[in-house]
Amino acid sequence: MWSLQKIANTIHEWLNTTFNSTIATTIEMVIAGVAVITLFALLGLVLVLMERRIAAWMQIRLGPNRVGPQGLLQSMADTIKLLVKEGLTPNGADKFLFNLAPFIAMIVAMLLMAPIAFAKDFQLWDLNIGVLYISSVSSIMVISILMAGWSSNNKYSLMGAMRSGAQIVSYELSAGLAILTIIVPIGSLQFSEIVQSQVNGWWIFKGHIPAIIAFVIFMIAVTAETNRAPFDLAEAESELTAGFHTEYSGMKFALFFLSEYVNVFIVCAVGATLFLGGWMPFHIGHWESFNHMMDYIPSSVWFFGKTFALIFLIMWFRWTFPRLRIDQLLNLEWKYLLPISMFNLLLMTALAILGWYF
Amino acid sequence: MVEALGSTQEGNLIINVGPQHPATHGVLHLVITLNGETIVHVEPHLGYIHRSIEKMCESLTYRQFIYVTSRMDYLSSHINNHACALTVEKGMQIEVPARAQVIRILMDELTRIASHELWWGAMAMDLGAFTPFFHAFRERESINDIMEETCGARLTMNYIVPGGVMQDIHPNFQNRVKAFLKMYKSKIHEYDEMVTGNIIFQNRMKNIGVLSAEDAISYGCTGPTARGSGVSSDIRKIYPYEIYNQLDFDEVLEHGGDSFSRYMVRIREMQESIKIIEQLIDHIPEGDFQAKTKAVLKLPKGEFYTRVETARGELGVYIVSEGGTTPYRIKFRSPGFSNLSVLNHIARGSKLGDLVAMMGTLDLVIPDIDR
Repeated sequence: MWSLQKIANTIHEWLNTTFNSTIATTIEMVIAGVAVITLFALLGLVLVLMERRIAAWMQIRLGPNRVGPQGLLQSMADTIKLLVKEGLTPNGADKFLFNLAPFIAMIVAMLLMAPIAFAKDFQLWDLNIGVLYISSVSSIMVISILMAGWSSNNKYSLMGAMRSGAQIVSYELSAGLAILTIIVPIGSLQFSEIVQSQVNGWWIFKGHIPAIIAFVIFMIAVTAETNRAPFDLAEAESELTAGFHTEYSGMKFALFFLSEYVNVFIVCAVGATLFLGGWMPFHIGHWESFNHMMDYIPSSVWFFGKTFALIFLIMWFRWTFPRLRIDQLLNLEWKYLLPISMFNLLLMTALAILGWYF
Repeated sequence: MVEALGSTQEGNLIINVGPQHPATHGVLHLVITLNGETIVHVEPHLGYIHRSIEKMCESLTYRQFIYVTSRMDYLSSHINNHACALTVEKGMQIEVPARAQVIRILMDELTRIASHELWWGAMAMDLGAFTPFFHAFRERESINDIMEETCGARLTMNYIVPGGVMQDIHPNFQNRVKAFLKMYKSKIHEYDEMVTGNIIFQNRMKNIGVLSAEDAISYGCTGPTARGSGVSSDIRKIYPYEIYNQLDFDEVLEHGGDSFSRYMVRIREMQESIKIIEQLIDHIPEGDFQAKTKAVLKLPKGEFYTRVETARGELGVYIVSEGGTTPYRIKFRSPGFSNLSVLNHIARGSKLGDLVAMMGTLDLVIPDIDR
């Protein structure tokens, strides 16, 4: 299997021989930062266009198809429009918090990219508590939403923020428990080890029924965590006009918008890594020749293929389901998902102790 | 007023929904008192789209005033015109030719389906599902195309004149209506799959905004809003006009009184309209499409009242004539106004998210309420 590690090593060695180690590390950090920002922008452009085309396809219309070939440059045009638009700050708003909130959303989305393994040996930071890092950093997102809702000095925004607070805090539990269910048989929180543990089959196949239940719960919970329909109560445009970002315009709005999409990408990447093997090709036990053939497909194709399949699933939810009500939303979490995922975790633990997985 | 809204109570929040708001489908202004997410009081404020249509009609002749009424309930403009024409015909005792009667009913029912289609799409959109809106418009477009071909307009048809219809139907009319019926029947299952059968949708609609039959009567609700509470109020059955008494169709009644019942009434009403169209489309009688009338219409001195069933309920047209060429006074009894008045009654105590679901099932068209 070919790897990107050689290129990274070459750059690393060249930097260390040319400069002293402090400068070399600084340059490497800058390179990583630029890469993350580029990826952030790129993902935003791609996912917005993807969503619009998928929505159009489901709604028997064409979608953006005028700017560039097949409308591919539509997101670029949108970005330029948002950049030149005036970013208003309402008179009664808390100006500091109001302007800070979108940046927190963006920073959270960027920080979350660090431990994701995009391809074989292609990872910014393979820290040993990767999964824990993801779930703890992603919970900062709610602070940005609460901040935006509170500082806007708008009743709709405030209600959207309060809904979002209740929603994200509750659904984080289920998402966490679903992740834990898979972590139990792996025994490691490190992304590289999680991927490596699936060398003879993905966890959704190896983990029997508990893994499938965990996967379903995970998908529901992360849809709620990223404020996507049918759980988009924080925005709920037919009730709260635009919810927590009612007062935002121009690029400040775009940052919320982009970070939502990048968050969707991140949670889908985590889902793909935990349940569908991340960049690991489709392997079946000890079928050496089959596994070998699968290895010829580059690992980045596997990773992005799986991630975008999950993103498609989440977009599919959005364009087909009606929205839940706030009490139904919380009932679903506290009365159904949480007990089921707790029980599921116990079941998986029993399976792991007995060694009843492949 | 602020005290009446309950704002003096600790923890209550007054929030303005509208006049510009995605949920109100027009310039309706609701002042809502909230306790957390729970609705304490809803007060509709009207007047943002008042065009004094009733006063305007007093200076227009009996031929002209019909077309102003297209702008009241613009989604069932044809049925509004029909009501006005019926009143004038009643006053002048004009006999409408059989062909015109059948054409009018066909158009009425097509309008009713188009209106319910739009309602269905908007209803789903209120609940956060966007896709049904486009699916509803697919069917509605083909009705609009039929209208465009025969009437020359898609929304405000202005097709009815006292004594008949303005011109004969287009030669393509029957074929296109049949094509529409075929298309509609092949797509109707999507409605159930996408919205009606959806568990989230059912949870959002069932036992929400319960309106008892007694309340429906005392608030003067008509149309699907009343029939959802089990109150028989179909004017086509109770006071048949044109040839509705010769047609085979059922009055749709649901007894739940909740949002889901009102929803089901409209869904089933579309099927009944299809039934009516199917009975008539192959049996449009030959003959004149318009009765011979005088150039200048003058209603005899007196008072005239007719009612018809629009897509939203009972529309009454009341004309007081002094014997001249223009009405002395016109009053419309629009269904939307009475239906809106129950909003505070049914919404109190439920969540803010439910309010949009209830307003959706009341099927409000604001220009109809405000006129």
